[in-house]
Amino acid sequence: MTHQQTGSAAPPGPPVPVTPTVPPQVPRPGPQGVPDTPPPRRTAWAEGVDRLRAAATTEPGRLRVIGAVLAVLVVAFGAVTAWQMTERSTAADAVLNSSQPLSADAADIYRSLADANTAASSGFLAGGQETEASRTRYESDIRLAADKLVTAAANSEPGSPSEKTITRLNKTLPEYKGLVERARANNRQGFPLGGAYLRYANSKMQVMLDDAETLYKVENQRLRSDYDDATPYPWIAIGAGVLALGALVWVQRRNYRRTNRVLNHGLVAATTATAIVLLWLAVGHTVARAGLNESYDHGVRSLNTLNDARIASLKARGNENLTLVSRGAETKEVGTGADVKVVDVYDYDFERQMKDLTTKLAAAEALADDGAGVRPVRAATANMKVWKDRHREARAQDDAGNYQGALDRIIGSKADEPTGECFDNVDDALNTALKHERVQFERAAGDGLGAMSGLAAGAAVLAVLAAAGAVLGIGRRLSEYR
Amino acid sequence: MNARRVRAGLRGWGGVGAMAVVCVLAAVFALLLPVAQSRVDGGRDAGARGVAHGEQARAEECEAPEDQSLSPSSGPQDGANVQAIKDRGYLTVGVDQNSYRWGYRDPNSTSETTQLEGFDIDLVHAIADRIVGKKENNVRFRAIPTIRRIPAIQKGEVDMVVRTMTINCARLKDVAFSSPYFETGQQVLAPRKSDITGYDESLAGKRICSATGSTAYDALAADKKDGDLVGSADIRTTVPNQLDCLVRLQLGEVDAVVTDGALAASQAAQDPTVELKGEPFTDEYYGVAMKKDSDDLVRRVNQVLVDYREDGWQQSYDTWLAKGLGKSEGPPPVEYR
Repeated sequence: MTHQQTGSAAPPGPPVPVTPTVPPQVPRPGPQGVPDTPPPRRTAWAEGVDRLRAAATTEPGRLRVIGAVLAVLVVAFGAVTAWQMTERSTAADAVLNSSQPLSADAADIYRSLADANTAASSGFLAGGQETEASRTRYESDIRLAADKLVTAAANSEPGSPSEKTITRLNKTLPEYKGLVERARANNRQGFPLGGAYLRYANSKMQVMLDDAETLYKVENQRLRSDYDDATPYPWIAIGAGVLALGALVWVQRRNYRRTNRVLNHGLVAATTATAIVLLWLAVGHTVARAGLNESYDHGVRSLNTLNDARIASLKARGNENLTLVSRGAETKEVGTGADVKVVDVYDYDFERQMKDLTTKLAAAEALADDGAGVRPVRAATANMKVWKDRHREARAQDDAGNYQGALDRIIGSKADEPTGECFDNVDDALNTALKHERVQFERAAGDGLGAMSGLAAGAAVLAVLAAAGAVLGIGRRLSEYR
Repeated sequence: MNARRVRAGLRGWGGVGAMAVVCVLAAVFALLLPVAQSRVDGGRDAGARGVAHGEQARAEECEAPEDQSLSPSSGPQDGANVQAIKDRGYLTVGVDQNSYRWGYRDPNSTSETTQLEGFDIDLVHAIADRIVGKKENNVRFRAIPTIRRIPAIQKGEVDMVVRTMTINCARLKDVAFSSPYFETGQQVLAPRKSDITGYDESLAGKRICSATGSTAYDALAADKKDGDLVGSADIRTTVPNQLDCLVRLQLGEVDAVVTDGALAASQAAQDPTVELKGEPFTDEYYGVAMKKDSDDLVRRVNQVLVDYREDGWQQSYDTWLAKGLGKSEGPPPVEYR
């Protein structure tokens, strides 16, 4: 209480009166000009101010005030530093250990759903007896999506839009799975009804993928906002530090002028401790900030672009399969006016996704900052080009009426040079690139977080020591008056 | 309103007399009361199904759409259109790949050659063998969706469409048809346990599925408009392909499916718990659709059909359809324009 009062009553630094003056007891006359001298009641504040002014008339009094102000300044600096750095390191910790993993989880949900849909259509195309590989892939995708949805649900705030999205996904996942099972059962019997079921399942999945994409975007925003909380400079703490340091220097200079003594141990200790904290704060945060920014620019952005590319390739593959499953059962009109063209919905979507994949791969290559990052992206791009060529051949076969030929070029064996091979290569390459970028992210973000560690606690301890030093130093001067 | 009452009154008469009267009335309306255009339209809409089109000159064209094809002997059979196909060496045909027993691909078929099979596919092979000649790859199949049947012909993407396509007046404006090769009618398909008994009052409050742009939907919409279909029936569910209706039915999203009896039978063949309910409520014929004005090709195909009815039709029916549709009385009778 007293500290606060003194602190506020006597502004730190120069305003402290140097020359003693008689307190100017000039109560302001009221606007009406009432010449009343004896004030009936005075506030505790006014009395405190008076006492302070009285104390400031003598050197020991002044020293007491100075000591108190110094202590307050130094402790305030330590407290502000601890507060701001705790906030930043909490955010940095969230980046590394919570929001990035959650964003990765959301990407996993998105990816595994798209992957499941692709695997289901691949298996379907293979005929009544789907391949072991496609079944395993489908099942593990569904399991992964279900697992990650549980984590996502646990981390979403009740009542938030994310929670609603997750609930919806949890509800539609079994519906989707049911439709795929029905499709399989009918396909096994050779009924074309199976294809109709698979198309229906796919249309359900498209809605789910939209939801999963929303979720992924929300998680990415959360990650971005954690970055925004972790990286700004702690200006208040730096300002407080400069102020405290300035006050300490001023006091020592005053001391020197009055007593000709150069060193006051307590004050020197206080100055050193404060300077250390200030330096630590500036350097530590700059390093942390650099690490975090690097983890964002080279980690998160690459990860996001690669995830987008991978999902685009999965969707494209799914649509490529479904073009053959639907066999022209669904079309839509594109263009306007005289340019209206009726196209197969799945083939149209395939082309769109491939364009998306091309853009994302180019972006990923531009973002990759080292050989190990660039190589897999280049491999993916090369495979995508082959994929496009082979796809054209497959379409030509299908358009010419050679369905089996088209099928062979989509899911056939290696000898048929199927697009499936290219897709697998693109997927593998992107997976490699993702792993590399994840490592890069974790290292940079870990470095950033490491640079902040101990700063808050260290600042608090050193500030307390500095305050003690200042008080002791002033106390030593004060004892000379006894 | 006026026209509708007239139509209702005339309905009991039935037959050509009624149609003639409606036509005359329509002509009179059109000539004497140009202002009352909407009434004429009303009359046309109300009489959409088989009775008469309110358009003066076209009325007689739509009397029996299945009997409007050209006789094989009415002119040359090897004009530019037929010649183009022969020169190319193969026939391009739009078919369905999803109609069980009509045109479909068995996913478990291990044979490399027979990719598509069914009643329509047999017919396509017969046509190709006779026009192009018996040889390997004399036909290229294009899977086309219901809604693409007419544009595919008009744009020349296919020479013809053999895809359970009903011959009707509206389509006759856009494409030419062969003589009919199969007789069917719109029919209701519902679960065996359902209380739906056919195309009647039992559809009250039921959700009915049909394919977008199909004859079934047109018939449902027209009947609902003029009260032949119970008003509370919900016909909003339309799907890209008739087979999607069976999906919706199995999932309980609709209560009944309306489609050609032949296709309904193909659906029933894939699900033993559903059955055809009641009798067909329309009388329709499937024909081979070709480009309008390709008269030589139409005559040629009709010639093929003459032979095919004698030799091939029955075997194909027995192979694919007898199980679902029962014994056949043979191909429908043919009359030419």
